[in-house]
Amino acid sequence: MTTPHSPAGGVRPAPRTLTRYADGEWHRLHPATPLLKGGIALIAVLGVVIANLRERLIDFFFHTPNYGGDPIDAIYDRGLTGWALLVVAVVILGAIGGFYLSWRMHSFRIGDEAVEVRRGILSRSHRKARLDRIQGINVHRPLFARIFGAAKLEIIVAGHDANVHLEYLGSSLAEDLRRDILRLASGARAAATDAPLDAATPAELARGRRVTISGVVGNRVDEFLKPADLDPDAAPPASVVSMHPGRLAGSLVLSGFTVFLLIVAAAVTAGVLSGRYWILFVILPGMLGAFGFYTRRFGKSLRYSISGTADGVRIGFGLFATSSETLPPGRIHAVEVLQPLLWRPFGWWQIRINTAGHSRQKGAAGESNTTTLPVGSVGDVQKVLPLLLPGIADERRAAVALAGMTREADQSVFANAPRRARWLRPFSWRRTGYTIVDGVAVVRHGAIWRRIVFVPLARLQSVEIEQGPVRRMFDLAEAKLHTVEGPVHPRLSVIATDAALELFDLVSAGAIRWAASDTSHRWNRAVELRGSRSDPATLPTDTAARCSAPCGTGGVGPAPSEPASSVSAGPKNGGER
Amino acid sequence: MTQRLDIAADFKRVSPKYVLVVIVGSLIGGAMFSAAAAVVWLVGHAWWGWIALAMVLVITLVQLIIAPRRARAIGYQLRDDDLLLRRGIMFQRFVAVPYGRMQLVDVTRGPVSRVLGLADLKFVTAAASTNVAIPGLPESDAAELRDRLVELAESRRAGL
Repeated sequence: MTTPHSPAGGVRPAPRTLTRYADGEWHRLHPATPLLKGGIALIAVLGVVIANLRERLIDFFFHTPNYGGDPIDAIYDRGLTGWALLVVAVVILGAIGGFYLSWRMHSFRIGDEAVEVRRGILSRSHRKARLDRIQGINVHRPLFARIFGAAKLEIIVAGHDANVHLEYLGSSLAEDLRRDILRLASGARAAATDAPLDAATPAELARGRRVTISGVVGNRVDEFLKPADLDPDAAPPASVVSMHPGRLAGSLVLSGFTVFLLIVAAAVTAGVLSGRYWILFVILPGMLGAFGFYTRRFGKSLRYSISGTADGVRIGFGLFATSSETLPPGRIHAVEVLQPLLWRPFGWWQIRINTAGHSRQKGAAGESNTTTLPVGSVGDVQKVLPLLLPGIADERRAAVALAGMTREADQSVFANAPRRARWLRPFSWRRTGYTIVDGVAVVRHGAIWRRIVFVPLARLQSVEIEQGPVRRMFDLAEAKLHTVEGPVHPRLSVIATDAALELFDLVSAGAIRWAASDTSHRWNRAVELRGSRSDPATLPTDTAARCSAPCGTGGVGPAPSEPASSVSAGPKNGGER
Repeated sequence: MTQRLDIAADFKRVSPKYVLVVIVGSLIGGAMFSAAAAVVWLVGHAWWGWIALAMVLVITLVQLIIAPRRARAIGYQLRDDDLLLRRGIMFQRFVAVPYGRMQLVDVTRGPVSRVLGLADLKFVTAAASTNVAIPGLPESDAAELRDRLVELAESRRAGL
């Protein structure tokens, strides 16, 4: 597979909007990369050496009496000092040479079609990732690298261990590169982007101008104090949700882990009361670990931010080591709004997503990157959902989400399980239902863990209905929507048989139609296409096939001509091309 | 009151010879479990061993009796834009997979299948839970279906 790449020819974006690193030529990483990669190890080795030679160094400087008997004495006594120094020098030079060589041999190239990385001295590896297959880009800054103003850029691709890592890059360069890669991946050409054209200029200037010591230090401080996700260019990112420390602490205290801790504490108390004091010593390390767990999660989520950009959703978090991930449009396969029982009195919700690729870095709250909103109110959820599900009309999405979250809202949106389902799901049958809005299947289920799951049909993999003997007795069935691996499992454990058949037809037809009209893998081109459309009413509207007449949301949308017959009115004949 | 889950479609059945594969599989499974139960009973001197053995035998017998129906219950249909699969009698299962979601098609032959000239076809998507497998196709049909599916997927590809 070769790129039909020609640096000179072809249509490419105006050069000044791209950094010089995205010009389709090979470039090297940050010169301090080996130091940063082996940073902690290097310090550790130095520490060990110094600790071991402490006596020797004191002796060297202060001429204290010599007790003798260690290898260094032996070398000294036999007059091998010169040889020893030579060996040390060779080792050090070899290490430096090795590091230098590995840095020289490690290079990357960003072209119009793909991102490539070459690395390795003896065994070379060459990895090439197609730009239109990018699932997300993560800029991660570990504490050590942050001090030196460096960052890791991780390009997330579907597949096990398939991600492309560029570590390390200059901090602002990483941000610029992310923007450039996303712009190239979006299929945008020339002036088609709505990012500011002069965006690169300050960064370019910053690199170009003569660096003074105070300037460097000032930059470092600036970068350090900057929230994880606010880079100076690509301005929109003002987080739509602010993470309230009290709520964050509360959500951690009221987590399943706390319940586990309380059970352990009860067991320990019982043990101590019966005179087995040794239990305290056994449990002590665990307690310290638990404390660490809480503080780590708290610290990570504290500077959480989420915002929408032209190139997707940006999620940033982290206090010391920061991380900021961009998910381009059309990479989210399922969205779940979840509420554990303990959060219910406070009205807190969490949002998790399924994506095809996964970052190696841990996400907010120390959880995997699939947790998009660690904790938030109903209002926060309503602010985040538009970013994750841009395909649905705002009023309809808000109405469906509200109906899913609060009992007071209009419940007619969801086609719920029939009353006979109470024999199988005594608590949750009332909440088990689904609806289809604007090409997104919405499934609601669960009583203890309340869940509302959104599945964009364009990215649904397959749909399944199932009926065992027990469900057959009650004239019920089970339905599952299959998406890529992740924490979200959209399923309806009870649904009337005829409703299941209807869902099967609607969803399987919708999956085909919406995928055919989906252009999100080249999202800026899609914008161009959509921009050429005359009026918004021709946008595909299969308003909740479930909610024809009685449904409140059907009428809210931008004049859907005939919601009841919407099953047949797909994007194909809805004026897509 | 009771209503069977059913989709009115013109399902293609798998080869009638597939019944033999099911029967051989049931017999082998039954023999292995019977042996285990017999060891527990006779060597391990566990009093419940004979109950386990009886249950294994009954289950094997039931499996043998329903084998023809199980094989007949497997059906598939190539619709315009997706593959529809039906399986099971007691636990009925219907799956629809759009062709465009195909990641790869697997054709495998077990030892018994190979003797009978049969092959199993598996349709793999990005979702592990999809699990669409059509067992017991005549080898030539399986190859033909594989090529047809790849061709269909190619014309309806959806990015991932």
